[in-house]
Amino acid sequence: MKIGKEKLTDMYRAMVRIRLFEERVVKEFAAGHIPGFVHVYSGEEAVAVGACANLTDDDYITSTHRGHGHVIAKGGKTDRMMAELYGKKTGYNKGKGGSMHIAEVDIGILGADAIVGGGIPVAGGAALSAKMRETDQVAVCFLGDGATNNARFHEGVNLASIWKLPVVYVIENNVYAETTPVSYAMNIPNIADRAVSYGIPGVTVDGNDVLAVYEAVAEAVARARKGGGPTLVECKTCRHHGHFEGDSMTYRSKAEVEECKKRDPIPRFRKSLAEMGILTEEGAGKIDQEIAKEIDEAVKFAEESPLPAPEEALEDVYA
Amino acid sequence: MREITFSQGINEAIDEEMKRDPKVFIIGEDVGKHWGGAMGELKGLFDKHGPKRVLDTPISETAILGGAIGAAATGMRPIAYLYFVDFLGVCGDELINHLTKMRYMFGGKIKMPLTITAYTGAGISAADSHSKTLYGWLMAIPGLKIAVPSNAYDAKGLLKSAIREDNPVIFLEHKVLITGGAKSQVPEGEYTIPLGKADIKRKGSDVTVVAIAVMVPRALAAAEKLQKKGISIEVIDPRTLVPLDKKAIIDSVKKTGKLVIMDEDPKTGGAAGEIAAIVAEEAFSSLKAPIKRVSPPDTPVPFSPALEKFWMPDEDDLIKAVTEIA
Repeated sequence: MKIGKEKLTDMYRAMVRIRLFEERVVKEFAAGHIPGFVHVYSGEEAVAVGACANLTDDDYITSTHRGHGHVIAKGGKTDRMMAELYGKKTGYNKGKGGSMHIAEVDIGILGADAIVGGGIPVAGGAALSAKMRETDQVAVCFLGDGATNNARFHEGVNLASIWKLPVVYVIENNVYAETTPVSYAMNIPNIADRAVSYGIPGVTVDGNDVLAVYEAVAEAVARARKGGGPTLVECKTCRHHGHFEGDSMTYRSKAEVEECKKRDPIPRFRKSLAEMGILTEEGAGKIDQEIAKEIDEAVKFAEESPLPAPEEALEDVYA
Repeated sequence: MREITFSQGINEAIDEEMKRDPKVFIIGEDVGKHWGGAMGELKGLFDKHGPKRVLDTPISETAILGGAIGAAATGMRPIAYLYFVDFLGVCGDELINHLTKMRYMFGGKIKMPLTITAYTGAGISAADSHSKTLYGWLMAIPGLKIAVPSNAYDAKGLLKSAIREDNPVIFLEHKVLITGGAKSQVPEGEYTIPLGKADIKRKGSDVTVVAIAVMVPRALAAAEKLQKKGISIEVIDPRTLVPLDKKAIIDSVKKTGKLVIMDEDPKTGGAAGEIAAIVAEEAFSSLKAPIKRVSPPDTPVPFSPALEKFWMPDEDDLIKAVTEIA
């Protein structure tokens, strides 16, 4: 598959943006600047970026509790995201949703979703809406391995399969549902095999290879746009951090976490880009610096933004 | 004026709104050409509007409500047909965490123009899992509006308003009103009834009776008998529980000084308790007697007609309660 230089560079930029955003979130959360709790995406960047590189602003995504990566990959701005995490009025959700609910419907982000599997039927509904309105929009539903053991995975995928809805299920198999390993939670080696029971295609790809994710999702998106119905794309990946910040990760050995970090998708893609003659080490380093500056500014924006007025709690319940 | 049944009122409302707005569609189990809804109230809509707008689904309440949510958030105006209100238990997450929360948690960014229709209440020996009343449960979910029509005229006008709402509304269809309710006079032409406006179904001076859904015809029947005993009751039908027309209730209590609430929720945590609390809080000085609740006991709804009749509030229960304070 031929991908242009500019697009490849943008994909690298998005992956770095996610990583630096997340590592900064870890730091600011530990310092007590971010209320509530956070689930960071470090290590899984190739999935969000590889998938969203196939989408336009008109396409939809539904996201998960570990949603910052999806929002950034779909075009979310880091300053307004950080402000939301800080509970500020300038945040994407005016401080009413926080980390797990960031939404920007104007660019198709139908929300991160704190309920595991919650986005599955909603993505189907957005795809149904696109079909009824006779557009060529698709919905990409990001979900984790854990969500595929949820009842609504069956209901949602089944309904999408019989109606041939333009939806692509991008399953981030990061090996653990909170503390529970996939090998314990299901009796099959590849989640994509579940596609057979819906009569739809299912593919398993290396979720730390952004180009492999891109190509698999490209094929699925093209099929969906043409009325060919849904696809399961399982991306095998791993997370650098715990389920949430503060997770002691007693269920993972140090060796396994180290092994996961060795498979880091960002240096890997950077190396590929250098080999392909797309981006030099120097060029990549420049992007890293630009993004680092952007994240500094995002934090500054969040810090300096006003808190919502207390009585704003009463607004936005009803239209 | 022509007379129609409760079911016809529902059917006409949906038919008219589907003609008026191409974004309106129905999604649910058995809504299509065979049954037209489990109780037949959607009959004919499939033939008129076709399979692209009357969508038969597998038995998947989660996918029905969740799918309707996704469609509503992206420009459509779905009617999610949920069969029995009891089945909200199957898609509880969609109800409490998505449908009613996405707008708020997104900072007001989206509208959620979605109507759930569901059968409610006891009285047809369907046992608990097809007979519950969940008014109190639903009222405790911020972000939801709740319509509880008591006759065909109100059903039609409220459902049309619900479909036009940019907020989620659950429209509760009482099974006894569908299967055996009296016909109502309904005009040929278009009308709507706003959500949040109570209707005084009978004027009276001695005791205010707030009755909900099928309790309204029961209260009206009791009113005749009480009148013969020289007790005049004012029967208020709130028509929607959220928004609740507090003013209509309080104004009546100011006049009568006495309040009985006739409801089908279990007594604990039900709509009657909420209405009683509002009146106690906002019109205490007008009360000349304790507020009474005519509600079922705190048990599941029993199956046998002998048990169910005992369980469900009726005219005699209301007459007894009114007589105690009149």
